[in-house]
Amino acid sequence: MRLTADNLTCERGGRIVFAGIGFSLDEGQLMQLTGPNGAGKSSLLRLIAGLNEAAAGTLVLAGGDSDLTIGQQAHYIAHQEAVKTALTVEENLAFWRDFLGGGSLEAALEAFALSRFASFQAGLLSAGQKRRLALARLALITRRLWLLDEPTVGLDTASLARLVAVMSAHLDRGGMIIAATHVPLGRDPDLRLDLEGRT
Amino acid sequence: MKLLWALIRRDIVLTLRQGGGAGTALGFFLTVVVLLPIGLGPNQALMQKLAPGALWIALLLSVLLSADRIFQQDYDDGSLDIMAMGPVPFELVALAKSVAHWLSTSLPLAIAAPFLGFLLNLSPSVILPLFLAMTLGSITLSLLAAIGAAVTVGLRRGGLLVSLLVLPLYVPVLIFGVAASNGGVMGDGVAPAALLILAAIALASLVLSPIAAAAALRSYLK
Repeated sequence: MRLTADNLTCERGGRIVFAGIGFSLDEGQLMQLTGPNGAGKSSLLRLIAGLNEAAAGTLVLAGGDSDLTIGQQAHYIAHQEAVKTALTVEENLAFWRDFLGGGSLEAALEAFALSRFASFQAGLLSAGQKRRLALARLALITRRLWLLDEPTVGLDTASLARLVAVMSAHLDRGGMIIAATHVPLGRDPDLRLDLEGRT
Repeated sequence: MKLLWALIRRDIVLTLRQGGGAGTALGFFLTVVVLLPIGLGPNQALMQKLAPGALWIALLLSVLLSADRIFQQDYDDGSLDIMAMGPVPFELVALAKSVAHWLSTSLPLAIAAPFLGFLLNLSPSVILPLFLAMTLGSITLSLLAAIGAAVTVGLRRGGLLVSLLVLPLYVPVLIFGVAASNGGVMGDGVAPAALLILAAIALASLVLSPIAAAAALRSYLK
């Protein structure tokens, strides 16, 4: 499985955010996206997820399921947590499991140390705990490609270590991760893409 | 199908738990119906004549009260992004959310309408046709409301705009809804015909509205 981007150009509101981006990501590889605010890190991740359209260029996932879009084979963890405050932690995850087709709730809660909060209303969680609940989707549902937009925001050291462990396990199983972050992720990224940003 | 049911169930649970959904709409419906006799005076014959139309207008307004919530929260918290990437076509997501709105808001209103009719001196012979027409019509009301909700999802305080956009679309439902409810008064055969047209409108919007809503939502996600 290999994700190849060639000459990608992203346009938002008539303005070119980035142009001529290319990379090739193989199984088991981690790519770190860096660049100043507004350089287009989130735009690139949304573009790969299929939520934005590229103004030019191609994006191919070779070796995946050709019936599915790239987005359907990917996890996208955005700034917004997609957490419903009126549902309990468990209900939040159970919905995504049913809707996206996933595995064991217990294991996912355990991976981000949320078991204790399973029956809590998500509205009672702190910002960091909400982020852990969003990240728990990674452990709940099997997807080969992970698109992580600033996944470490709000996490304490213990939670960061858990995230790093989950990411390492995913890479060791042959998964692929693209993470937009400036925080060291416990292992050297195999690829580094620096979006320069245009002033 | 199971996936859609999961989405419908979640939306209904959210509406019931968060308040501001079914309860508020029902309360608004009741309030409008209570205010009407006060405004129109104690002429019982006049009231009986006006009751079906008044109930229909109150129903339209009550349905719209919660319409902007159909997609708003899921858009704000990013859930809609993940649904757009999911295994279900986005049109079916829009359909499931419209159905959830119907089950949690419009249908309870349609069921409550005959009871509120007592407050308006609704003629007993009209109760059954009114109930049937409203149940059929309420599906269309939720589906059309979803279009308005989708078109305004990225706007702050888009609630009023939803009403402006959607109320004109409600005109056919109102015309045939009132005709079906008043059938006996207008002559034989009018009520069944109007009911059939209401059903036709419901079927057409069942197909068209999710497509329109999904297209509007997609343009916001970009």
